[in-house]
Amino acid sequence: MHMADALISPAVGGTMLAATAGIAAYSAKKVQNDMDESKIPLMGVMGAFVFAAQMINFSIPGTGSSGHLGGGMLLAILLGPYAGFLTMASILLIQALFFGDGGLLAYGCNVFNLGFYTCFVAYPLIYKKLVRKGVNPRSIFVGSMVSSMVGLQLGAFSVVVQTLLSGKTELPFGQFLLLMQPIHLAIGVIEGLATAAIVTFIWRARPEILERVAFGKSLGGVPIKKVLTGLVVAVVIVGGLLSWFASTNPDGLEWSIERVAGTAELETPDGIHKIFSEIQSKTAFLPDYGFKTDQDDVQNLPAVEDEEAWPSVDAGTSVSGIVGGAMTLVLAAFMGWIINISKKKRGKAVV
Amino acid sequence: MSNIVDSLYNIRLLDDLARKKTFIHIIHPLIKLLTTIVYVAVLVSFERHEVSALLPFVFYPVFILSFAEIPVVPILKRVLLIEPLIIGIGILNPLFDNYSVVFGDIVVSRGWLTFLSIFIKCSLAVTVSILLVATTGMDKLALALRMLKIPRILVLQLLLTYRYIWLLIEEALRMMQAYSLRAPGRKGVKINDLGSFLGQMLLRAFDRAQRIYQTMSLRGFTGEYNAGDISKIRFRDFVYFAAWSLFFIIARIYNIAVLIGALLTGVGR
Repeated sequence: MHMADALISPAVGGTMLAATAGIAAYSAKKVQNDMDESKIPLMGVMGAFVFAAQMINFSIPGTGSSGHLGGGMLLAILLGPYAGFLTMASILLIQALFFGDGGLLAYGCNVFNLGFYTCFVAYPLIYKKLVRKGVNPRSIFVGSMVSSMVGLQLGAFSVVVQTLLSGKTELPFGQFLLLMQPIHLAIGVIEGLATAAIVTFIWRARPEILERVAFGKSLGGVPIKKVLTGLVVAVVIVGGLLSWFASTNPDGLEWSIERVAGTAELETPDGIHKIFSEIQSKTAFLPDYGFKTDQDDVQNLPAVEDEEAWPSVDAGTSVSGIVGGAMTLVLAAFMGWIINISKKKRGKAVV
Repeated sequence: MSNIVDSLYNIRLLDDLARKKTFIHIIHPLIKLLTTIVYVAVLVSFERHEVSALLPFVFYPVFILSFAEIPVVPILKRVLLIEPLIIGIGILNPLFDNYSVVFGDIVVSRGWLTFLSIFIKCSLAVTVSILLVATTGMDKLALALRMLKIPRILVLQLLLTYRYIWLLIEEALRMMQAYSLRAPGRKGVKINDLGSFLGQMLLRAFDRAQRIYQTMSLRGFTGEYNAGDISKIRFRDFVYFAAWSLFFIIARIYNIAVLIGALLTGVGR
């Protein structure tokens, strides 16, 4: 359920990046204070382990399909919430950079959706509470199952909210929610099964790892109130700041464009447009193409078109968009081709 | 199992590409990171029906692909692997948005524009992220993150994870081979075996971490991350960043594709 760059707005992406940076900084401080440096390679190797474990598909009984481990809950259980969160953050960054899962701007959203809910909500509030009375296969199973499911449900809900706030798709809130939550309930069950299986195995084979890492004093408990308060404050400040930018226009960037250029849409016929119109009278290879009248009508429209006026967008601009878009791509390809040719020539000259 | 091998190949490929020494490769890592972030931020700031204005943003990845001598096909393949996810979400748009839009004689649902817009944004954003790694490399990116004051422990942990992914994926591959030889024709690991399969892998990883720590301590590791030479940001790096940012902002303000189209079709002011 990686959130993609294409689905978020800069305001939502920026807010989530700030919130994630805050939690990461807090976690880093906690880990540095509480942990000896021998845990650093452990975190690194555990991150790589989750990466490798995600490659292992297992068959889901009765369905014929297969699933794989997500790993958020497992990291929280084995490393504790702070180190688990940081490890998840580095896994997601590598996924974003090397595999294009998620993206740079959506990175904050992804760390939050996959790391925060598992490490700072599901782990301390569900898993720890359920396992507190006694560690045995039963409590591990119930704890892993419930916490994985809750963690993923919260993450999926978060994806829906972030998508909605970004406004980059037409999906209505209700339908999208109905699509996401049940899918992630199923994924949560699989995640719970896998997590429980691994934790139970570790508990049987090397119980000291669980005792030392998750229940040991070295990693400490989560002052959940402190974390949540800090988070709420951060989100309110950043979100407020960004929504102030966004209040008059869909996003801050447009707002700043408006400030810089005096209008949000910049369809005004002066400046570059004027120069272009002079040039174009000489360059147009389809000068009698019959869209000019449409275009004239549109010019009388207010510069900022609202949602309702949208379909009345003129055919002239559309055709220009299509022709120009195609030309842009051809130009880009041509540029690449020229650079390659000249590079090859230079290479030959050197040889 | 093929996807395990693919992942190994992909990481190795990007690592190898990052070792080249072209004009793009020697630009300061922090500058490349910031340029990529500005690019993505500007790209995703377009509203959801915008299609033509997104196209000029193709210039940036094409520029990097060409100057950094990055092979196009493996990068595009990687991007294509991501597309099904985004198509899954994007394809629902035409169903929910029945506003019709007229292009000459053709009438389409506005949702298709949203879909196209998401598709283009996704392809471009993924391409530039992969190109960032392919022209910079993980070590130098970590350096850039340190310069951005990302906590030391996070950067260290990122580098260690990256370093050991290779080893642990190879280990996973070996275990998977051993398993599939004993369970022929099976699609994946049986759920009953999952605990011991991944559990064993985990225990090996734990022991490996222990050994790594010991060897690191013997070589003088004190919890500090030494990045080696920190290169300074030079004038040409600034120029690179400023020039691209300027281009992105101009492309955000003016619909370059429509301007070019207007030049050619004679439609406009």
